Amino acid sequence: MTDNGALIQIDRLSKIFPVSSGVFGRSSSFIHAVDDISFQIPAGKSLGLVGESGCGKTTTGKMLARLVNPTKGKILLNDFDNGPVDVAELKGKGLKAFRRRVQIIFQDPYESLNPRRTIFDTVVEPLKVQKVGGVFEREARVSDMLEKVGLIPASSFLFRYPHELSGGQRQRVAIARALIVEPNFIVADEPTSMLDVSIRIDIMKLMTDLAEQMNVSYLYITHDLAVARYMCQEIAVMYLGKIVEQAETEELIKNPLHPYTRALFSAVPIPNPRVQREAIEIKGGLSAAIDPPNHCRFYNRCPIADDSCKGNEHPPLEDKGGDHRVACYKVEG
Amino acid sequence: MTASILRVKDLTMHYRTRKGDVSAVDNVSFDLRQGQALGLVGESGCGKTSIAITLLRLLPENAHIIHGNVFLNGTDILTLDDDSLRKVRWKGISMVFQAAMNALDPIYKVGDQITEAIQTHDKHIDNDRATRKIVELFSLVGLDPQLIDSYPHEFSGGMRQRAIIAMALACNPRVIIADEPTTALDVIVQDRILQQLRKIQEELNMGMIYISHDIAVIAEVSNRIGVMYAGRMTELADTLDIFERPRHPYTAALMSAFPSIEGEKRELHALPGEPPDLLNPPSGCRFHPRCPYATRKCNNEQPEFRDSGDDHFVACWHPLE
Repeated sequence: MTDNGALIQIDRLSKIFPVSSGVFGRSSSFIHAVDDISFQIPAGKSLGLVGESGCGKTTTGKMLARLVNPTKGKILLNDFDNGPVDVAELKGKGLKAFRRRVQIIFQDPYESLNPRRTIFDTVVEPLKVQKVGGVFEREARVSDMLEKVGLIPASSFLFRYPHELSGGQRQRVAIARALIVEPNFIVADEPTSMLDVSIRIDIMKLMTDLAEQMNVSYLYITHDLAVARYMCQEIAVMYLGKIVEQAETEELIKNPLHPYTRALFSAVPIPNPRVQREAIEIKGGLSAAIDPPNHCRFYNRCPIADDSCKGNEHPPLEDKGGDHRVACYKVEG
Repeated sequence: MTASILRVKDLTMHYRTRKGDVSAVDNVSFDLRQGQALGLVGESGCGKTSIAITLLRLLPENAHIIHGNVFLNGTDILTLDDDSLRKVRWKGISMVFQAAMNALDPIYKVGDQITEAIQTHDKHIDNDRATRKIVELFSLVGLDPQLIDSYPHEFSGGMRQRAIIAMALACNPRVIIADEPTTALDVIVQDRILQQLRKIQEELNMGMIYISHDIAVIAEVSNRIGVMYAGRMTELADTLDIFERPRHPYTAALMSAFPSIEGEKRELHALPGEPPDLLNPPSGCRFHPRCPYATRKCNNEQPEFRDSGDDHFVACWHPLE
């Protein structure tokens, strides 16, 4: 079922968390953090996953890196020699090989690095775990990787500790650690949102350059649409556990179709005082996807919903032309 | 031109640390006029929050005001004794902080907390009048007045931030300082709060100082913008003017590094290097180690912050044309 180009394909993936209630912890409610989503990422291309807090984007990323197990659905990673493997079923050696191909970069470079370890120890760790090379080869690879991420000269960084580095430098170390085993796929969860503007662009450029050089795909998770625009070829918008719209980046930015995407876009401040944004009002606020109703998740806030939206199930993600997929009954192609 | 209600002159503030003095605010001067919304923009550590807490004298123990004046309607706040200072806070200047979650006491009803703020500053206001005032404030900031008797945990993040804004407005301040009030919020909620804040500021004709690292947010709420770098004000001008004719290389760099979803995709330009360590700031112009136009003069002499015409201030030896 995987076509040849897809590096990773997820199929009807769901993650449901019980909401614990009371002393005995029997749950009667469930959060549908990720609810029946499917997409694929071609080798060497990156997908941006955008949405507000609680929409399920981080949970999706964690499932793809196998830090969280899915409740339902399949994640297939294409091993180009042996065909697709089901990530959920990996154990032992297979899982270890998977960790070599899939890595993750976290948001907070102040928390994701062990403060007691030198930069060298941090970056060499994945090589040790994967038993790659001997001592000298590892040293050479770490130095090489540090220079690739712009920590130059590597010799002046190898034996420093995270607290001696700035936020931008730490995030470079986290990138080096993820890339040292030469993975094909990286889950990047808001890797630049804690960084200052002047440093952020550097890190974004570094990540896109390295992706090209090393043929890496990202699942780039962000709340910032403008950042996603620069990092990904394709963008998927999530709302309460569902993907509501997905299209090629510029198509999505210029022609958002789903009423939620349109509202989200219209709320993004524009760094140009001459531009007046279109005002699209939606009702109410974001809630958690606890025991969601059957109908469209966006129904209660939607400016264009009618009775048919309430009567039907959550709409399927359908191609409305030009590979622009939207989950809405009211949107025509 | 309306008169200035707040005038900051040559303000210099250091933090004393074991490693030495951190030069957090260095000779900053600006005016805030009635009805004006001044946006202060810059990266972390540029001194924008330090200015805010200096204006209210909410300084931590290791902070020292080296020199400078802050005139509110002609009175220098920095020379006031504690009693007079208390009167200035809330009524003269009030502040909306970044961490809305922490600014409300979880065990008191939101309405009661605002009542307390009102009555502390004006003992003659009885509970009924205070309640009427809060109902008015709630509808002003877009909160349902029936929520007066709710506790903070019953509010969402956006509602709490609205309650904080209502509280900041409770004593009819002349100036309101908003320090990254929407940074922790999602974009749709952020947008609603920004619109509301701008509307209120215009309706009440207050002075507002809006602090943010986000130049897009600043572009939307301010009619005048001050750009800060490493403790100094580098440029200060009207919003359209500064966006269309940035004169300081740092301002220009900041603008071309900001991604946007508007219009065609532009190439973004990174700024080399990182902001300096203010324990040991660079000589001359503090931006010179990262500046593409720097000369020896920039290394040796600090550029004066002066009006380059049309009320457009810049501190640069080689301003852009």
